[in-house]
Amino acid sequence: MTTTPAIQVERVTVHYGEVLALDAASLSLQPARICGLVGMNGSGKSTLFKAIMGIVKPDSGRVLINGHAPLKARKEAGIGYVPQSEDVDWAFPLSVRDLVMMGRYGHLGFTRRPRKADRDAVEHALERVELSDYAGRQIGQLSGGQKKRAFVARGIAQGATTMLLDEPFAGVDKRSEATITRLLRELASDGCTILVSTHDLHALPQLCDEAVLLMRRVLMHGSPDVVLQPENLAMAFGLDVLNRG
Amino acid sequence: MDLVDLLFEPLGYDFMVRAIATTTIAAVVCAVLSCWLVLIGWSLMGDAVSHAVLPGVVLAYIVGAPFALGALVFALLAVTLIGVVRNTSRVKEDAAIGIVFTSLFAFGLVLISITPSQTDLNHIIFGNLLGVSVPDLIQVVVLGVVAFAILILKRRDLTLYAFDPTHAHAIGLSPRKLGALLLGLLALTSVVALQTVGVVLVVAMLIIPGATAYLLTDRFSRMLVIAPVISAVCSVAGIYVSYYLDTASGAMVVVTQGAVFAVVYLFSPRQGLIGTRLAKLRRQRAAALAA
Repeated sequence: MTTTPAIQVERVTVHYGEVLALDAASLSLQPARICGLVGMNGSGKSTLFKAIMGIVKPDSGRVLINGHAPLKARKEAGIGYVPQSEDVDWAFPLSVRDLVMMGRYGHLGFTRRPRKADRDAVEHALERVELSDYAGRQIGQLSGGQKKRAFVARGIAQGATTMLLDEPFAGVDKRSEATITRLLRELASDGCTILVSTHDLHALPQLCDEAVLLMRRVLMHGSPDVVLQPENLAMAFGLDVLNRG
Repeated sequence: MDLVDLLFEPLGYDFMVRAIATTTIAAVVCAVLSCWLVLIGWSLMGDAVSHAVLPGVVLAYIVGAPFALGALVFALLAVTLIGVVRNTSRVKEDAAIGIVFTSLFAFGLVLISITPSQTDLNHIIFGNLLGVSVPDLIQVVVLGVVAFAILILKRRDLTLYAFDPTHAHAIGLSPRKLGALLLGLLALTSVVALQTVGVVLVVAMLIIPGATAYLLTDRFSRMLVIAPVISAVCSVAGIYVSYYLDTASGAMVVVTQGAVFAVVYLFSPRQGLIGTRLAKLRRQRAAALAA
């Protein structure tokens, strides 16, 4: 383990007013790994994402992306983000192709006028997620799984080396879940580092190389099999997980 | 009198030509901006800023500074105050907006009431389309062209900001700066539109065209064409109607825009209340014929 971590979170603490959202959370993720971030609502998953992207400034501690401050990673357009469905305005008048093109904006000039190389990158990304046939659709006219893949395509077009996905399996059927899992595994084998926040514990073992239990602090970080042991989940979720199996 | 005479008679008056030129420019710039405002959900913000500029314009008049400068200062002041009240008290954003803009607007009215030469300033409130002077027109052209050019050049960034500020941040852009740019352009545009319809009705031009276009298309790039075209046509039509019916011209422009919105709302083939049902009936009938 001598390589520079792709994502390094060092004792990050974040308050929103009086509320403590992250309490000295630490996490180190090697390149080309997929890590599942597991925790209840309010456990700080979204805040951790925001801290990694540099949207929230930690009260203390620091974040490094590939050994650099997040700003540098952002300028290199290295961080891709797939938002939760609720955070997206699906009625926005954009086509799938328009959405994926937004991944290229970091590489474009003052007016963001796309060149041929950018259009090629967009078509390639659409092919990769198998949405070429849907490129002209308005984004709201996609199924749950296709919507997620469209945002993943944006990250691919962007050339992101780190991807953050917020609840990618919410509102997605089993088949799409398998498609997304396969896609993310492919991206990881190409060297992309992926952090996935999820409630969906069934999907984790197939998807993730490792898992993290978050409850404002990182309670545990290890292989999914170990982290998902009922007694460990009970720490993060409270006891009723045991009964639900 | 035939149609050609109807169209050309008003153009025989210089004041009508200036009125039509001013309105068209204001209508186009407002309409382009409105596309973003309706998608971000900033309609109320548009209302607030366009009212809050009033004291700035009056003060600029008193000290002899350009109206645009005073308006810009008070637009920024209004946005800052709204943010401060929202973030540092338990008052919610809509209430904060309501408090700040009505207070500033009222302050503007007070200033007008104590400023000599009231006639001129009352025109700011209700517009004075038929009294647009040549210097007024020049100011509208200059500000309008500047606002329009910035909006079009930065349209992709502004759309990204409207749709997904988190992604904008993630690729190294500054959502704060883009938001500030949009607010600055809102202030500038308010000044352009003041001349035409007055402070009270500016907000109509800042919302209706974008909302109308949004009901007609699923592509933002097309909204940016549809909104200004509809807005410009409505404005010119409104002026002609007001000329022949002898009604208030600024208000007539807004009534026309509202009427067109109503038609689109009902009959748009994609989103319209009746239009979508008609389209469904037609499909069913075609299916029945085919069977």
